[in-house]
Amino acid sequence: MPTPFIALDKLDKRYPDHHAVKSIDLDIEAGEFIAIMGPSGCGKSTTLRLIAGLDEPTDGDLRIGGDSMRGVPAFQRNTPMVWQSLALFPFLTVAENVAFPLRMQKVGAAERRKRALEWLDRLGLAGMAERNIAQLSGGQRQRVAIARALVTEPSVLLLDEPLSALDAHLRVRMQTELSRLHRELGITFVYVTHAQSEAFALADRIVIMSEGHIQQVGRPQDVYRAPANAFVAEFMGMNNLIRGEVRGNDEGMLEVGSTLGNFRVPTLTTRPEGSRGDFVIAADRVVLAADMEGPGIAGTVLGLEFVGSTQTVFIEIEGGTEFRVQKQQHEIEALDLVPGRQVKLNWDSRHAWLLPQPGTTH
Amino acid sequence: MNRILATRLSRLAQYSFLGLLFAFIATPMLVIVVFSFDANRFPTIPWGGFSLEWHRAILADSMIRDAFVNSMLVGGGTAVLSTLLGFAAAYLDFRYRFRLKLGFVLLVAVPPAVPATILGMAMLAFLSRIGLFGRLETIMACHVAIATSFSMAIIRLRLNDLSRDLEPAAWNLGASPAAALFHVVIPFCRPALIASFFLSAAVSFDEFLIAWFVGGVHETLPVRILNLLQGQVNPKINAIGAVVLVVSVALVLLAQRFTGVRAGRRNPAP
Repeated sequence: MPTPFIALDKLDKRYPDHHAVKSIDLDIEAGEFIAIMGPSGCGKSTTLRLIAGLDEPTDGDLRIGGDSMRGVPAFQRNTPMVWQSLALFPFLTVAENVAFPLRMQKVGAAERRKRALEWLDRLGLAGMAERNIAQLSGGQRQRVAIARALVTEPSVLLLDEPLSALDAHLRVRMQTELSRLHRELGITFVYVTHAQSEAFALADRIVIMSEGHIQQVGRPQDVYRAPANAFVAEFMGMNNLIRGEVRGNDEGMLEVGSTLGNFRVPTLTTRPEGSRGDFVIAADRVVLAADMEGPGIAGTVLGLEFVGSTQTVFIEIEGGTEFRVQKQQHEIEALDLVPGRQVKLNWDSRHAWLLPQPGTTH
Repeated sequence: MNRILATRLSRLAQYSFLGLLFAFIATPMLVIVVFSFDANRFPTIPWGGFSLEWHRAILADSMIRDAFVNSMLVGGGTAVLSTLLGFAAAYLDFRYRFRLKLGFVLLVAVPPAVPATILGMAMLAFLSRIGLFGRLETIMACHVAIATSFSMAIIRLRLNDLSRDLEPAAWNLGASPAAALFHVVIPFCRPALIASFFLSAAVSFDEFLIAWFVGGVHETLPVRILNLLQGQVNPKINAIGAVVLVVSVALVLLAQRFTGVRAGRRNPAP
């Protein structure tokens, strides 16, 4: 196995009033696009600042290219970052902003101007070089920040919620742009975001964090289909979590009893009766039927929410549990799903995902 | 009809009040300037005709010339030192958290609030004891103590607008902490630094009491004026007054030009 390009080794960060990052381990390969996700306050931004050297870890080690970064100040790391606030220098022109890192490296004036202009051109900002930052639109400023971070041709780019200030349309365009840059440059991108859509659209692997711990690391589709625990399942949004206990084992299937009824869930190992049998069923796996005599759980449509060509249907089950079901628009119309309508929910048992037991690795 | 009349009367009253206020402030200064060009020996009406005699006389008076040079030296030195110290104090307050910070900030801010007489006396007692009495540097040191407080206020206000991410962003892009200070923090503060320079110079240039207490044989211009006045009513006074006025107004205008409090113009966007 090759040595990882960036290695977090039991990395830990305590503030006087807050334990932000709790002894995390993470290996990032060279050239990988990795997204760190989690709710606000989960430690994802602190992790990024630790990699950049803007915060010193309390404990553990961080290695970049095999070298320990303990005690290496931020300005000697060449780990440029695109800031959520962009942090452009307001007293410098666009070209001077982009040339700033080169100036710090004592590159000659003519050379750094040439390289700054090249990067501006590459990011579609040709002709903007002499403008003030205040004269640019949000999307243009974003591009200046990216050009400024890449001008020294680093081997890693850190991005801290870079698109959160843009409107939806621009955000999608910038995603494409970032994806293209990552492909062309072949360098490592570490991208912190709370937006699932950005992480899924861009990342090779995603890291889910909560309360300073890493909850799961994996390819987006794996984390989505096979969440490691209830937190990840619920954080991913489009999963329905059913809590239950094991009633029996039957040839690779577990019998799980819950307040909603008895279900069969695929499993690789057996579990003793009475132990936890929590499982998830993805929103796009649930089948809806109008026939109330058929099998399944009965529920009432609460409301609908558009997500592109699909809709999310919110269904309340007796006892107060809420289900989310994703359906194409034509299916919604065929079933005439309006708030208040009674439906039956069902799914293929093979599509249920049993959550690993707490304390075991899956 | 009645309402329009009332509005007009009210407006007239407002403008009259403002006009009177300005007249009250400006007239004495104007009188000094006008009579400095009066051929009469004593400022009397009617005017005795235009003359540059008194301006020529102050140029010829070596004590006044020395006092003017002294004032310029002290003012220039004060401007440089108090801007440097004011920036250091403001940056310290902006950037770091430390124990007794409130005490530190108070220490910088308090000298202008102390009556100048008391400050002058105290400084005289202190400086003569350590053998620094009666030198130009002594006057400068005392003026720095007062002007630094204004410098810090101006620069600290500017630092409030400095995004907290900007300095770390500079480090992140390869700037050492010192380089970040010179390439990011100081350029960002430049308008405030220039404003602080001119304001400190103006504070020093106009200060009389402390310069009188601690200066010994070294007279600054305000001290020379008082010494002249104590002798006799001298027509040169008006000419000196006119020169001092021009210098002070110029310094304050320059300071305002850089703090961004310009008449009829908004601050440019950051």
